[in-house]
Amino acid sequence: MSALTLVRQLGEVVLAVAIAPLFMGWIAQCRAWLQNRTAPPLTQPYRMLRKLFRKDAALAADASPLFRTAPYVLFGTMVLAAAIIPSIATDLPFARAADAIALIGLFATARVFMALAAMDIGTAFGSLGARREMMIGFLAEPAFLMVLFNAFLLYGSTALPSLVEANATRRFFIDPSVIFAEIAFIMVLLAENARIPIDNPATHLELTMIHEAMVLEYSARHLALIEWAADLKLFNYACIGFALFLPWGIAVHGADGGGALLLAAAALLVKLAFAGASLALIESLSAKLRIFRAPEYLAMAFLLAVLGLLVHLLLGANIHA
Amino acid sequence: MHMATTVLDRTRTLLAGNIAGERIAANAEEWVASATALHGAGARLLTLWGTDDRDRDRCFRIYAAWLHAAGLVVLEHAIEDRTHPTYPSLAELFPAAGRMERAVYDLLGIASTAPDRRGWLRHNGWPEDVFPLRRDFDATRQHAVQSLPYAYVEVEGDGVHEIAVGPVHAGIIEPGGFRFSVVGEKVLRLEERLGYTHKGVARRFQGMPQASGHKLAARLSGDSAVAFSWAWCAALESIAGVVCPPRAAALRGLALEHERLANHLGDLGALGNDAGFAFGLTQFSRLKEDLLRLNAEVFSARYLMDFVVPGGVAADLPRLASDRLYALYAHLELAAAELRSIYDEHAGVQDRFRETGRLDRDTAVRLGALGLAARASGIANDLRADHPWAPYDRLDAQSAGQNGGDVAARVQVRFDEIFESLRLCRMLLAELPEGPVRTAVDAAEPYGMGIGVIEGWRGPVAMVLETGPEGTIRRCHAHDASAQNWPLLEYAILGNLVPDFPLINKSFNLSYSGQDG
Repeated sequence: MSALTLVRQLGEVVLAVAIAPLFMGWIAQCRAWLQNRTAPPLTQPYRMLRKLFRKDAALAADASPLFRTAPYVLFGTMVLAAAIIPSIATDLPFARAADAIALIGLFATARVFMALAAMDIGTAFGSLGARREMMIGFLAEPAFLMVLFNAFLLYGSTALPSLVEANATRRFFIDPSVIFAEIAFIMVLLAENARIPIDNPATHLELTMIHEAMVLEYSARHLALIEWAADLKLFNYACIGFALFLPWGIAVHGADGGGALLLAAAALLVKLAFAGASLALIESLSAKLRIFRAPEYLAMAFLLAVLGLLVHLLLGANIHA
Repeated sequence: MHMATTVLDRTRTLLAGNIAGERIAANAEEWVASATALHGAGARLLTLWGTDDRDRDRCFRIYAAWLHAAGLVVLEHAIEDRTHPTYPSLAELFPAAGRMERAVYDLLGIASTAPDRRGWLRHNGWPEDVFPLRRDFDATRQHAVQSLPYAYVEVEGDGVHEIAVGPVHAGIIEPGGFRFSVVGEKVLRLEERLGYTHKGVARRFQGMPQASGHKLAARLSGDSAVAFSWAWCAALESIAGVVCPPRAAALRGLALEHERLANHLGDLGALGNDAGFAFGLTQFSRLKEDLLRLNAEVFSARYLMDFVVPGGVAADLPRLASDRLYALYAHLELAAAELRSIYDEHAGVQDRFRETGRLDRDTAVRLGALGLAARASGIANDLRADHPWAPYDRLDAQSAGQNGGDVAARVQVRFDEIFESLRLCRMLLAELPEGPVRTAVDAAEPYGMGIGVIEGWRGPVAMVLETGPEGTIRRCHAHDASAQNWPLLEYAILGNLVPDFPLINKSFNLSYSGQDG
């Protein structure tokens, strides 16, 4: 491991943490435009964070240390995930340390802490949100795994860097199994990130909330960290999506000099802009599902991912380039 | 009705008001007998109130008003027992009466025979033996607030737990307490606790000059300012024997329909938003805003506050207003039709609306549903069509109707009413009579009683006015159809999912302030 890879690793994490709120701001802007509203400025999420960090935190009298530490754990896991997921370069020390399955475990850890913290205070809404979050989580994880299995089968590795490299350097073709996996992935992404049609990040109605219900009791820096972690989570999911389905432009091992990195960063921004606009479009076109349709929705994602696997096996494609 | 009238033929008198009515004095037996007869005849309870007349004839009085095919019937029962005033409860026959009787006890200390003795409006804000609407009440005395628990009905069973929502909600909406008993996400029972916005309006009315009562009426529930102030003015004018000039009546009608349009547009947007379809909210909000801005220009108030005044309206339409209004109606009609087809064809939105919060017709009839919510459950009722008063007597207003009783049905009723309101607005404008828009109303003679009943956008809004000496108000009872319709929500939610509650609640969109008074 050279000093350069360390710098690269550090740079990638800093970039992820820095632009994750921007990505959220961009989605909010696109949503506003699509709904004929005047859009908030792109920097709105940053202003929100600044506001929250300046405030004094209020803690419930019954809050245990778990409640206070959960936001840091959440933020920490999301930063770690950002270090593992190759977004600009593939030659990252952290990325080699954990494969995609460990990554799902990391997300699960964050979820468990959040749910525990939500129940810690003992309010009806916290428990209600935690319960729903766990239901969505345990349905979304298998579907997510199946999506990853598609990629594992195609590219013959569970390590994200090798997978991305194989993906980025192969000749271009459209594999039918990828289409299924892609749709399944987008469905999982929406469910896991508390977006419409599963959850509504903009609602004020406590009874309908999932993610928001869990964080109702948080304020100030704790809330800021949770919000920031949520931004990072969406950013991470987007980067996983790019790694699996849109790898082009990423600086692969051996060709990751300064110019390539700059190019990769530019490519990432373009991809994020495209992904954000698409997400906003999907969200604006759909209504929120009734909560008992969520299992059907996630079962559909699972089914699509399995179909992708089947198509791959049936067609017997030998794609390993 | 035949039974009631035969029992009580000797004591019937005509009732002053904007729709035909009669007033019947009854003793305790006759009170029950005629209520039973009215129930059998399918009359619907409009409101229930009490008065302290000890200063005049050493009695308390309890009144109840019903709507039936021929108009309004008011029963009046004088209670001579001044130490423990009691009257027979009507809650067995008319479930909606239960809460009204509890409210009457909190304010006047006259008790019904119903078993539920929990306070409804008092909320421990004043002691149990103090009754604000009694003539000997000392309004200058301060009372410490006691914090006492409220006995919600508990549901027991395996895995049953409670979710307490409110009274303070996360959004900027009125306060109200909801106690859910749930298993998982399924609602087993919902119990409402209202009264958090009780402002003592009835007490404030007492002794107020008649000339300014319409202003307080307009502020009872801000989204029904026209309906309440019109009902108040109708009551006063009927006692004073004043007939509102035809042009003023038409302008009041126009304002009432504008109020209906604004609320329906707002609700349809909010319903889309609660289904997670924010596009609907922005589109309908835009349309509502167009209407409110034109309201500000044409009626000098966005929400039509203080436009209806005793004897007419505050001002005539400005010059060239009708062209602007016609243009707006055309714009609203086109846009609403387009948005309706988007709502109707959106699978996700329809999945949320249909079969959600279903209130079947039998339950609605049993509970005495009124207005929009009743129309969505297959009960045809609309005062504008059933008992038209000026200017509706020449408009042939059509009552909307749906049979589904679910959120989708309440959405459809709102759409239907938007188009009907636009038609009525156009007719009113096209045939706007010439002449003055206001006539003088002198102080009405004392101890007269009049009732104004106006079909507001939620349903009938009633104002009962009793005049005092020297142009003052002796007693004024305000009633919003929300009082009848809040209990409907407790039934519509049964068996539904907890996260569907906000959508179901919004589909009724009842007034807290109007019911709390």
